Amino acid sequence: MAFLKTIKEVGHYFYEIYDGAASLVRGMKVTGSYFVRPSSIVTQQYPENRATLKMFDSFKGELMLIHDENNKHSCNVCNTCARKCPNGSIEIIYKKVEGADGRSKKILDKYIHHLETCSFCGLCVPSCDELALKFDQKFELAVFDRSKLTKVLNKPGSSSKAMKE
Amino acid sequence: MEETLLDIDMQEKEEYIINMGPQHPSTHGVLRFETCLQGEKVKYLIPHCGYIHRGIEKMCEHLTYPQIIHLTDRMDYLSAHINNEAVALCIENAMQVEVSDRVKYIRTIFAELTRIASHQLWWCAFGMDLGALTTFFYGLRDREKILDIFEETTGSRLTQSFNTPGGLMSDIHPNFQKRIKEFITYFRKKLPEYDQLLTGNIIFRERTKGIGMMTKEMAIDYGVTGPSGRGSGFHCDIRKIAPYSAYPFIKFNEITLTEGDTYSRYLVRIAEMWESLNILEQLVDNIPQGSTMLELKVIKAPKGEFYQRVETARGELGVYIVSDGGPSPARIKFRTPNFSNLFVINKLAAGHKIADLVAISGSLDLVIPDIDR
Repeated sequence: MAFLKTIKEVGHYFYEIYDGAASLVRGMKVTGSYFVRPSSIVTQQYPENRATLKMFDSFKGELMLIHDENNKHSCNVCNTCARKCPNGSIEIIYKKVEGADGRSKKILDKYIHHLETCSFCGLCVPSCDELALKFDQKFELAVFDRSKLTKVLNKPGSSSKAMKE
Repeated sequence: MEETLLDIDMQEKEEYIINMGPQHPSTHGVLRFETCLQGEKVKYLIPHCGYIHRGIEKMCEHLTYPQIIHLTDRMDYLSAHINNEAVALCIENAMQVEVSDRVKYIRTIFAELTRIASHQLWWCAFGMDLGALTTFFYGLRDREKILDIFEETTGSRLTQSFNTPGGLMSDIHPNFQKRIKEFITYFRKKLPEYDQLLTGNIIFRERTKGIGMMTKEMAIDYGVTGPSGRGSGFHCDIRKIAPYSAYPFIKFNEITLTEGDTYSRYLVRIAEMWESLNILEQLVDNIPQGSTMLELKVIKAPKGEFYQRVETARGELGVYIVSDGGPSPARIKFRTPNFSNLFVINKLAAGHKIADLVAISGSLDLVIPDIDR
């Protein structure tokens, strides 16, 4: 009996060696199969493919104020986006101007977005009733100086659509 | 040679303290294990946390309920969507409103995708911890497909902030269902590769089997939930115990194994990926029509205390809100899974070699910002 037991143990010993070696070969087969199938490789050559690299439409990149072709935006300084922002990243500087009907009106002076404190939660864009805001698809937002992250979103010389009426 | 009294005395003296972390790659974040070693064996270890404490709970007291959501992304960033869902559900319970079935289905689909993505990242990082760098690239390759689905609908890859009290930030993208079906067929083919690469590997098996034994009692004592607890036979799946969102509508199995070692915790996660694919298959074609956002004028919880628990990729996440009736909570407490899962490591690692400590801490799947909050 002892002899049989020894044979069993020896057999098990060799089986384990075989099983271990076979498991390594199985693993190597998976990696090796990708050598002969280069079409299944998914890596991209960035930044060489920058021209063709396109983000999805809903991608949350840099915040922007939508301007039409006449350099007009639709912000009417209601300050909702600044109140909704959890980090206080949006700062709206406005001037008060006397309108034609004698009532004072707010005019947008500077729409400042502090990108350095923005966490891209996306609460500002749907909060705007005028649909004046959107995220653009720009994703390379790293800069060397922190002061460059304070962005003025309204373009120079632009005016509000509501002001014309 | 017989052990003399002198040798034993020397052994007791020959213990020394070594710090693993806070910048150790295998702790996956800023966590420090103060490890007492005797030779190569771990005598005991003390985890030190707090290196990435940001005071999220305190910050929440100054924010309105919709604004809280984006902070919970930054706790367990690998189950960001599920964290969002927990807070949103808690506030909805407090306000006694019910979201439409469409929202429930979409939330559950996102949650299961998040779970798969999280387990994929865990799988590749776990393989890397144990010296198999190949797994890292294979796991990330497949995870990219899920992140693309997230990005197309929510605009973000990791911290989606897609939930909001009363619904979702936007409707799903038209390609959403098509992409998920593509992913299910794709990933069904790729998951066996995971087994061939790592599960069957002899080196991996030898390094994980019988290492870090956790009994069921230990798991219950320490509150170890999620796949780590289920690897020890502890039935702790909140999706089964207290179903929320679309989980009551679907059939799925809770995966539990009884061995309780590192290898069984590994197998639970692999099996959970298969199970999540089944759940996705049941949900993806049956998304009902309806609105994705309730018209809530003011989002204020009534005076009182509210609790909601969900199953993240790592265990039970509890959100406890104490409200005084205002637009922001008087106090909010997150019962995060990783904090409870971490402290069992002293019991698991004691007596094992320091190289096994890497395997044990990897098998608990710790996300450090979730521990410190």
